[in-house]
Amino acid sequence: MARTIERDELEPLATGAWILGTGGGGSPYLSYLNMRQAYADGTRVTLMDPASLDDDDLVAVVSNMGAPLVGQERLSDPDFATKPVRMMEDYLGRRFRAVMSVEIGGGNAFQPLLVAARTGLPVVDADAMGRAFPEAQMTSFAIAELPMFPLTLADIRDNEVIVARAASWKWMERISRKACTEVGSIAATCKAPRTGAEVKRHGILYTTSQAIALGREVRRARRMHEDPVAATIAAASGKLLFRGKIVDVRRRTTEGFLRGDATLEGLDDDRGARFEVAFQNEFSIGRRDGGVVVTTPDLICLLDSVSGEAIGTESLRYGQRASIIALPAPPILRTEKGLENVGPRAFGHDVDYVSVFGEMAA
Amino acid sequence: MKRIGIDVGGTNTDAVLIDGARVHHAVKTTTTEDVLGGIRTALRLLLDGAGDAADGVDAIVIGTTHFTNAVVERRALQRVGALRIGLPASASLPPFVDWPDDLAALVRGVVRMVRGGHEYDGRPIVALDHAAIRDAARGMADAGITAVGVTSVFSPLTAECEQEAARILREEIPGVDVTLSSELGRIGLLERENVTLLNACLQELARTTTDAFTEALRQSGIDAPLYLTQNDGTIMRAELARRFPVYCFASGPTNSMRGAAFLSRLEDGVVVDVGGTTTDVGYLKAGFPREANAAVEIGGVRTLFRMPDLLSIGLGGGTEIALDGSRIGPASVGFRLLQKGLAFGGDTLTATDIAVAAGRLDLGDRARVAHLSPAFVGATLRRMGDMIAEAVDRMKVDAGDVALLAVGGGSFLIPDRVEGCSEVIRVTHHAVANAVGAAISQASGEVDQIFSGLSREAALAQAHAEAERRAVAAGARRESLKLVELEDIPLSYLPGDARRVRVRMGGDIG
Repeated sequence: MARTIERDELEPLATGAWILGTGGGGSPYLSYLNMRQAYADGTRVTLMDPASLDDDDLVAVVSNMGAPLVGQERLSDPDFATKPVRMMEDYLGRRFRAVMSVEIGGGNAFQPLLVAARTGLPVVDADAMGRAFPEAQMTSFAIAELPMFPLTLADIRDNEVIVARAASWKWMERISRKACTEVGSIAATCKAPRTGAEVKRHGILYTTSQAIALGREVRRARRMHEDPVAATIAAASGKLLFRGKIVDVRRRTTEGFLRGDATLEGLDDDRGARFEVAFQNEFSIGRRDGGVVVTTPDLICLLDSVSGEAIGTESLRYGQRASIIALPAPPILRTEKGLENVGPRAFGHDVDYVSVFGEMAA
Repeated sequence: MKRIGIDVGGTNTDAVLIDGARVHHAVKTTTTEDVLGGIRTALRLLLDGAGDAADGVDAIVIGTTHFTNAVVERRALQRVGALRIGLPASASLPPFVDWPDDLAALVRGVVRMVRGGHEYDGRPIVALDHAAIRDAARGMADAGITAVGVTSVFSPLTAECEQEAARILREEIPGVDVTLSSELGRIGLLERENVTLLNACLQELARTTTDAFTEALRQSGIDAPLYLTQNDGTIMRAELARRFPVYCFASGPTNSMRGAAFLSRLEDGVVVDVGGTTTDVGYLKAGFPREANAAVEIGGVRTLFRMPDLLSIGLGGGTEIALDGSRIGPASVGFRLLQKGLAFGGDTLTATDIAVAAGRLDLGDRARVAHLSPAFVGATLRRMGDMIAEAVDRMKVDAGDVALLAVGGGSFLIPDRVEGCSEVIRVTHHAVANAVGAAISQASGEVDQIFSGLSREAALAQAHAEAERRAVAAGARRESLKLVELEDIPLSYLPGDARRVRVRMGGDIG
């Protein structure tokens, strides 16, 4: 089963993916512009139901890796996105059946579309995070302990890197991050290829459709002058945690990551309360009046209270009026093994996972 | 300090004479098609009214929406050449890619992309392709292009490539107006390029307009330097504005808020500007408006400009009120208040009528609103006051009480006591707050740059020095410089303790 992604779904995908980025992942705007260009030139991209993959089909898992700020100067480009996919095919001596994103949150939601625009491959309606995370071992494929190699990485110049083997997911992250930094802190990658069976079993399914539906609903609410924050919550089965304004932002970088926290003071029903949200590229933990009320992998999103537009951790500013909402994490991330990779301790917080969505069967 | 401030708006041209801390004289006239006429009239009326008091004016400051309107209305724009340096990066999103079609069709002349540009740490991406730039310049010359915008990847970090391109362009196109994106600052290639191209397409208009300003001054016999106000509430010399008209884009709301601050002699507080249809609430800190966060579009083009952070609610002097009190606004009779309002013999109950009935305002005929019950009038006034108090609260950053500066024709709707505010200050001359804001502006310089391989202290020191240099170039006196804004953001996924530092310094002119 497959269908064409329509032109009027591109903008909703950008809006939805930016919300699912939970403060990180980089803005999808420039990648969206690329797709708008491609569609204006007559290109169309096919969205494929993961259920229709054959078990031994080979799927390319792509991402744009690097510093979001560099991406604002060295802009995303379909040819560049496609390069590592071709490298991987040459290396393996096999052709891909389809392409998928490693993370639906942020700009990488569009990476497989950019590749599809050049190659004609269908985009699998799935990813490996269901949101955005800062590191390669924070994927459903890593949680399932699938092999993490080989990996191909391409630069805009004639530099191509193949990581043939790595001892662990963390090693793969360290080695590829080093190569990425060397070529200007931005690189297109094709991660370890997955079989159709692996995608169906360990991928996080239907997230492209989910992002489009979410974005469509938010945009509809905005157009109708309804509350876009409420619309987001309704469309993604989320919960409102706090409404307030940002009164303090503290940032620091350690080991290449943007870490910090923001404090909000309550408005409306939350008047008199304070909420503190910590981040490492993405929002990872939320405290209300000092007590932990939500942690990763629950999706913690900060939305502009008026427009419903997601606010990235790099653009938090004093005085912004923001709503903090939580969206449920994919079940695989909430398993014991999942929490080892993406729970609060994986981000250096010495607390247990706290969800606003209650207990669930693992 | 003795200054003349002029606000050239779409409808009115206002002028004020400021002497020290007081407004000596103020006039309001109609803006004319040629701009020059309106300013000439305003200046004549002002000088006639002020008499000898106008002698020894230090400076004339003009705030204008002329360049914004040209872009929004798609008129008086030039076709330009766009030169992007950065291939093989960014090839799929060429210049003008996110412009509205109609505007791009007017402005897009010759577009060329060549190899070159830099990385975030200052290394070249690839060697600069001099031959391709020369070829592009010749192509532009052949097409009759006289204004070019040049944008190179990471030029806010190092402007080498852009400067070399400017040199070649000037050799090949004598008399060409070149705008370099590095002179307009800020990281974000597409937005910086958009601003650069907008600036390029306004070159002729900027020349004729600033010439008209200068001519109006000459005719009025005033011998004082001319400045124009910028988006951030500071000013630049007319010669600089002539080269960088884009800096004048959003100066209106900023001038109005800064004017209110001056008139009330307060540097911090909430400015509540109640007009006929809406109430705009903004926040002043150290005499400057707090800026909004979102990318600002001018005429549909995404830019890097920051506008004052304003919260607008549908409440003003002309706001329509349901007779049973069930609804206040957001509909408004607007400029037809004097025909439609009850107190003026009309048939619509408005916020102004309520204020007249309550005796807060002496306007129109109070007998025509005498039938409204005191209980209804009181309750409606309170509800309007609550709407304002809520908007103020949303804009406040600190939990403590702040001063509220009341301006605008509908400011009588603001109660004398507002929750969360230490006091309500009614500002005189509020109708010409824009022109006052222009008159009292300071000069500033800004830097927005990535530093890597430097300690935080060294990076901040470098940024400060450069912002100071730019502020002095814009006309500020060195000894009066003060830090207006400092933002220091460490960057993710970059080695070498990379950080983005944005510093703005402001100071008195003269």
